[in-house]
Amino acid sequence: MAAAAAALRAGLRAGRVCSGARRCFSGAGGGAGLLAAERGHEPESRASRFCPPAHSCNDWIGPPDRQSNLRPIVFHIPKNESSLGRRLREFRQETQVWNQQFWASQNVSFRKGKEEFVYSRLKAKGLEMKDETGQKVTLSAEEMADFYKDFLSKNFKKHMCYNREWYKRNFTITFLMGQVAFERAWRRLGWKKTKVGN
Amino acid sequence: MSAARRCGPPRALTGLFVWHLPKPAVRQMPCKFMHCCGVANKRWITFQHLNFLKRMYVTQYNKDLSQQAKPKSDPVAPPFLEKKHLGQEKTVLREIRPVSPLHPPLSETPNRNEFKAVNSAAIVEDLATAVGAESKEEKQWKEMKLQLDDLPGILARLSKIKLTALVVSTASAGFAMAPVPFDLTCFLLTSIGTGLASCAANSVNQFFEVPFDSNMNRTKNRPLVRGQISPLLAVSFAASCAVPGIALLTLGVNPLTGALGAFNIFLYTCCYTPMKRMSIVNTWVGAVVGAIPPIMGWTAATGSLDAGALLLGGILYSWQFPHFNALSWGLREDYSRGGYCMMSVTHPVMCRRVALRHCLALIGLSTMAPILDVTTWNFPLISLPINLYISYLGFRFYRDADRSSSRKLFFCSLWHLPMLLLLMLTCKKSLIEKEDKSELLS
Repeated sequence: MAAAAAALRAGLRAGRVCSGARRCFSGAGGGAGLLAAERGHEPESRASRFCPPAHSCNDWIGPPDRQSNLRPIVFHIPKNESSLGRRLREFRQETQVWNQQFWASQNVSFRKGKEEFVYSRLKAKGLEMKDETGQKVTLSAEEMADFYKDFLSKNFKKHMCYNREWYKRNFTITFLMGQVAFERAWRRLGWKKTKVGN
Repeated sequence: MSAARRCGPPRALTGLFVWHLPKPAVRQMPCKFMHCCGVANKRWITFQHLNFLKRMYVTQYNKDLSQQAKPKSDPVAPPFLEKKHLGQEKTVLREIRPVSPLHPPLSETPNRNEFKAVNSAAIVEDLATAVGAESKEEKQWKEMKLQLDDLPGILARLSKIKLTALVVSTASAGFAMAPVPFDLTCFLLTSIGTGLASCAANSVNQFFEVPFDSNMNRTKNRPLVRGQISPLLAVSFAASCAVPGIALLTLGVNPLTGALGAFNIFLYTCCYTPMKRMSIVNTWVGAVVGAIPPIMGWTAATGSLDAGALLLGGILYSWQFPHFNALSWGLREDYSRGGYCMMSVTHPVMCRRVALRHCLALIGLSTMAPILDVTTWNFPLISLPINLYISYLGFRFYRDADRSSSRKLFFCSLWHLPMLLLLMLTCKKSLIEKEDKSELLS
């Protein structure tokens, strides 16, 4: 929970800190992030470690996250951002963090459950986790099928809630994007008119 | 809308959801049917190897379709440090040796200095490694700016252009099988309209499934997942394909075809896509989605929903099951983790039974073709070998329930459908024959 809160804060910070900031390397920070991962804490979100170049006025998208497989986005804050634009950006940021939390926990619990299942099955067979060569012993797909079925049914309700929420958010974001695009076009038309007038 | 089913996210519209059809196999399908299976296999592996370099998260076991995702492990610092540490020591030692004979009393201090040098060198190396990793990661960040040069490629991937091509080809087969004189203009309008509708449906599907696609290896390089295009643009593209596509079909061909096209888009985007995560019934819905394109082709030519149209649709519908069920057998892990409700995960026995049942149904449907005056009696005879073969593989899949039998059935289905449609075309009941018959009767 604390780690999730920290990630949320870091995610929200990312949108503000990097607006117009200089390119920053965080070598030590990167190392600390790695160490944090090793110690079992959720490392600082990648988005907070990356700063886009100052001249850029677009969003930046990063490599897939190790845990959630989702690509983080660092949002650009334009100088003349409207309230609608800010609402969109903040909503996108919040959705990104929410998505990240869901999929990270989902993948982690899947991996854990899989390992526990393999361990219990191997134990029942009387085998060790690693064979003579030190390689991890894996079960066949047919043996794993029980686990996959079980995992899917256990997480069904969670997925249903996630799906509903995701569809709602996706539609809202796209609708807001449309509104912002329309607003920008309208403004540009308005400026052109005043230019022509002058 | 799809003809064959591909790996990866659960099926798209019935019929031509070719998830995993390699490019060479698609090109070769009309020509080398007999070799297609083997070629597809080899090309499949080569295609995978090429993609391996691009993908960070795929662990590709030998001859394994499942593409189990394995997160990239962190570069473990200590062993790496040790290597560098030893390397530094060795190089420093080599330098010191020639000096020591000249200054024997001072032999201790060079060693201590050497040790300090090695330590600081190691620290510098550590930082350099971390900075190197950071800069490598920095390079992976991309600006989300739409490059107009890349736009055609991006839109092609967004609309699943290969799948769309297969959908259009099944619609063309439906058009060609219709018992009316061939009208080129109508044929072209139908093909373009169906293609646009399919592009729209596929784009909307990708728009809905961004986080799920990110988590499955097969689909994680899609444009929306990679941020190459914004969701707004994707939706706009879908709308700008759907509206002209359906309008073309309704006004340029006939309203029935237009209605079928619109219905198919709705079925695929609003029924099949959300249902994939809710219930296993999605497979049957998807099968209907794939069956509709050939029906559209037929209605475009004749203007009415005949028994022949339904037969063609029935053949595509039945074909979906051995194709998709065999494919999904190797993707159970990804489906389970991603929360997809597929028969192969929840009801494995039913999955195999349904596949076998529909393989056998193909034999029955092929026999119905001459009865409905769609083809001559040659068709059930010459299609019997391939239908029996796919049924045999379906039976093996049902009995063995393992990776090799599922792969065999899947690859067979890839060449089986085009072969069946081709045989059907060659055995089409000629119009002259029909006219003679009606003359004789009157």
